[in-house]
Amino acid sequence: MLPYKNHFEKLELIKSKKIDLVENVKYFLNRIEKEKRLNAFNFVFEEEALQSAEIISDKIISGNHGALAGLVIGIKDVLSIKDKPLTCSSKILRDFKSIYNATVVQKLIAEDAIIIGKTNCDEFAMGSSNENSAFGNVLNPVDETKVPGGSSGGSAAAVAAFLCDAALGTDTGGSIRQPAAFCGIYGLKPTYSRVSRFGLTAFASSFDSIGPFARSIEDISIILKSISGYDKKDSTSSQIEVPDFTKSLNLKSENIRIGIPKEYFSEGLNEEIKKSILELIQNLKNKNISITEVSLPHTEYTIAAYYILTTAEASSNLARYDSVRFGKRSSKIDSLNEMYKNSRSEGLGAEVKRRIMLGTYVLSAGYYDAYYLKAQKVRRLIKEDFDNAFSSVDVILTPTSPSLPFNIGEKSDDPLEMYLSDIFTTSANLAGIPGISIPYAKAKNGLPIGVQLLAKQFDEENLIKATKIIMELAE
Amino acid sequence: MLNKYEAVIGLEVHAQLLTNSKLFCGCSAKFGNEPNTNICPICLGHPGVLPVLNKKAVEFTALMGLATNCKINQKSIFARKNYFYPDLPKGFQTSQYDKPLCEDGFLEVKTKDGLTKKINIKRIHLEEDAGKSIHDQAYETLVDVNRCSVPLMEIVTDPDINSSEEAYLYLTKIKQIVQYLDICDGNMEEGSLRCDANVSVRLIGEKTLGTKTEVKNMNSFRNVEKAINKEIERQIEIIEDGGKIIQQTLLWNDNDNNVSPMRSKEEAHDYRYFPEPDLMPVVIDEKWQTRLLSILPELPEKKIERFVTQYQLPLYDSEILTQDKSIAEYFENVTSICDDYKSASNWIMTSVLGYLNEKKINIKQFPISSENFGKMLNLIKSGIISSKIAKEIFSEMLENNSDPEIIIKEKNLVQISDTDEIKKIIEFILDTNKSELEDYLNGKEKIFGSFVGKIMKESKGKANPKIVNELLKSILESMKN
Repeated sequence: MLPYKNHFEKLELIKSKKIDLVENVKYFLNRIEKEKRLNAFNFVFEEEALQSAEIISDKIISGNHGALAGLVIGIKDVLSIKDKPLTCSSKILRDFKSIYNATVVQKLIAEDAIIIGKTNCDEFAMGSSNENSAFGNVLNPVDETKVPGGSSGGSAAAVAAFLCDAALGTDTGGSIRQPAAFCGIYGLKPTYSRVSRFGLTAFASSFDSIGPFARSIEDISIILKSISGYDKKDSTSSQIEVPDFTKSLNLKSENIRIGIPKEYFSEGLNEEIKKSILELIQNLKNKNISITEVSLPHTEYTIAAYYILTTAEASSNLARYDSVRFGKRSSKIDSLNEMYKNSRSEGLGAEVKRRIMLGTYVLSAGYYDAYYLKAQKVRRLIKEDFDNAFSSVDVILTPTSPSLPFNIGEKSDDPLEMYLSDIFTTSANLAGIPGISIPYAKAKNGLPIGVQLLAKQFDEENLIKATKIIMELAE
Repeated sequence: MLNKYEAVIGLEVHAQLLTNSKLFCGCSAKFGNEPNTNICPICLGHPGVLPVLNKKAVEFTALMGLATNCKINQKSIFARKNYFYPDLPKGFQTSQYDKPLCEDGFLEVKTKDGLTKKINIKRIHLEEDAGKSIHDQAYETLVDVNRCSVPLMEIVTDPDINSSEEAYLYLTKIKQIVQYLDICDGNMEEGSLRCDANVSVRLIGEKTLGTKTEVKNMNSFRNVEKAINKEIERQIEIIEDGGKIIQQTLLWNDNDNNVSPMRSKEEAHDYRYFPEPDLMPVVIDEKWQTRLLSILPELPEKKIERFVTQYQLPLYDSEILTQDKSIAEYFENVTSICDDYKSASNWIMTSVLGYLNEKKINIKQFPISSENFGKMLNLIKSGIISSKIAKEIFSEMLENNSDPEIIIKEKNLVQISDTDEIKKIIEFILDTNKSELEDYLNGKEKIFGSFVGKIMKESKGKANPKIVNELLKSILESMKN
């Protein structure tokens, strides 16, 4: 086991030479090797990680180092790292290497984090179980017969299995929060536009957010602080100032007002999860925390709006994988159309194809108004639901997922059932608000239960403050 | 065209903007570099890249809007036009769809019969160019991505044009304006200005529009004119034969001067436009618009008016001189040296433009500086040289842009205005042509001109013809008495 609970403790231990950073990296590399069957990593950068450890170790000891110095981090394989493979767990990019750094990667490197490898995920971040990967599925370290969640399943599993200190994932409809809940760790999706998307392989551009996985809220805060901020390379990134999230932990939090959306506790919610959340609510009340029922009346339309809009954007975003300039080209290329058809048929997986077709359909002449435009209107209504709710509460508390981690293969033949895994998480992406999944409790069989907190745009501070209260209750 | 028909034409003009960098990345937008050298992950459409809008391109497009009487939309948005083609790296072209930068403008053109025709401009929007597919290679198609994402401005008219002549005049005006604004070089042959025409015909008096076809691939203004005429002819012929026009895209073929349909497969597109989620709406607020108005240069119509009033030039001269902004500039530079405006105008319209046409060069490549040109005009104006000598000097200056004052000194070409000297020559000529003098004095006054010619010849053309005339007349008069 590791002798530290969060990055601040780790830094102190390295400074006082109680732990050696190179040994620490070796420990993780050994763990990755030993837990290989989890299939959490697509690529491991053993040499570079050890080299960086040596350099950064010296920097820490000399006192001249970045905020994330020595933090060993995994990067979801949809983010660009210069001269490293960028596969998005897709066959079509199997041999592709990126030629530039994503802004978040640049920021991690600038803060002296150590990138240990690229983590497995659902192909192009499409999925809720990490079963749609050209690298094979990922096992849930808590129970290896279960899925780790998705799409950032590799990142969640790697952190939960102590294969690294933290990981970056991406969240388009719950792809950070749901796997965090399934693997029993923290996962935070920032406000849309808080973190630059430059270098993030686009799935649904107006939904995609990059965020951290960690085993402590302290690490979530410090990573979030390091990767946030305006980037001129991403025109949609926000110029709003980034608070020091590490200080949010120490802010007064008793006055926080928590809202419970009544629509989120309906049928289809696992009884054990429901019971656990209701208990948590009771405990909060007992602590005199303000708890109010709120209403998000358009909740029932979230999944429909989400799948129309995200697939529409995806159908366009994924058009570039045509095997013309890069990517695997089919050997059957008698004509231009044959080349497109065969390369994409062979290179893209079933779920990705399903979404491209759905998205192409909803944008087609004659259907655009009925689907895309209608869904945009629903999106506005959902945003307004949240605006209304946040006029009386600071955060909204919900289950992260309607179910406990399910069996591998259990839902892979039923896309609709699979899509419902995201029922509590997609609304945050539709509204562009931040959310976090907290490893609050465990079910009888030992599987983790996650509780989700949502806050208004750019109010990650309240998420972090409320998380602290909940964790104090859990302890 | 059969008199009972009228043509209805709308034009779509694409103008490549003269920005230094591309529309969405920092790559050079320069034309003619080695293939695939002006490229980066962004214009190559690599995974994870995002566009950053070139503000200059927005300004250029808005200036065009102002110059064509358009309304500049406070808020406009980009949209993705989705289709697959090897020279389109992202699989979509970022363009503008339902909210373009500029809308509802117009231009006026003057037709041969002196009528003014107003052509409404529906919209002007900004988009990125595609790359270039190079077919006809020995065995494969090659793609050059250099042009990919170079900014293009698209100007779309209403179906207001009724003849190929109007289309030609409209295009000429568009070209003139983009050159005045310095936002596009306007070269149709090199493809920096491209034009597609939507053509239909109907019986005169008919209210509904006929079925239109789109004609593409014209690479010069004259070809646009020819292609439109050909298409009008073709459509009328079909209708006269009892047939129906099929809505289709036709390609103009320069070699056989004809239009032929594009394969229908290539045009069966559903572009699935939707708002570009990677770019924020473009907001041109009042402050920005005011600034744009302040940098809007003087446009051709205003310049023509000013030339008429400021330089007292005939309308005809003003129109010719302002056709090209650089020529107007040259003219004004010349007039800052020499204030004989009409003389400057005459010389530029004939000798200078003649030379430019002959050599197929533009005024910027013209060898004589406006300063030396002005000096030459001053020498004429002050009578130091004759127009005839000036022609000689002009040729000499074309060689090496020398200073005309030095040329006349070196070659001793100064006009003789000294009456004593001219008198001597006159006397010499009269002495040596006794019999003609006799004839003249006996009333054969027609031969006056032949004396003048001889005197000018004797002076090697340097004698001031005005003084020669006056002096000769008075000497001959005195002899009569």
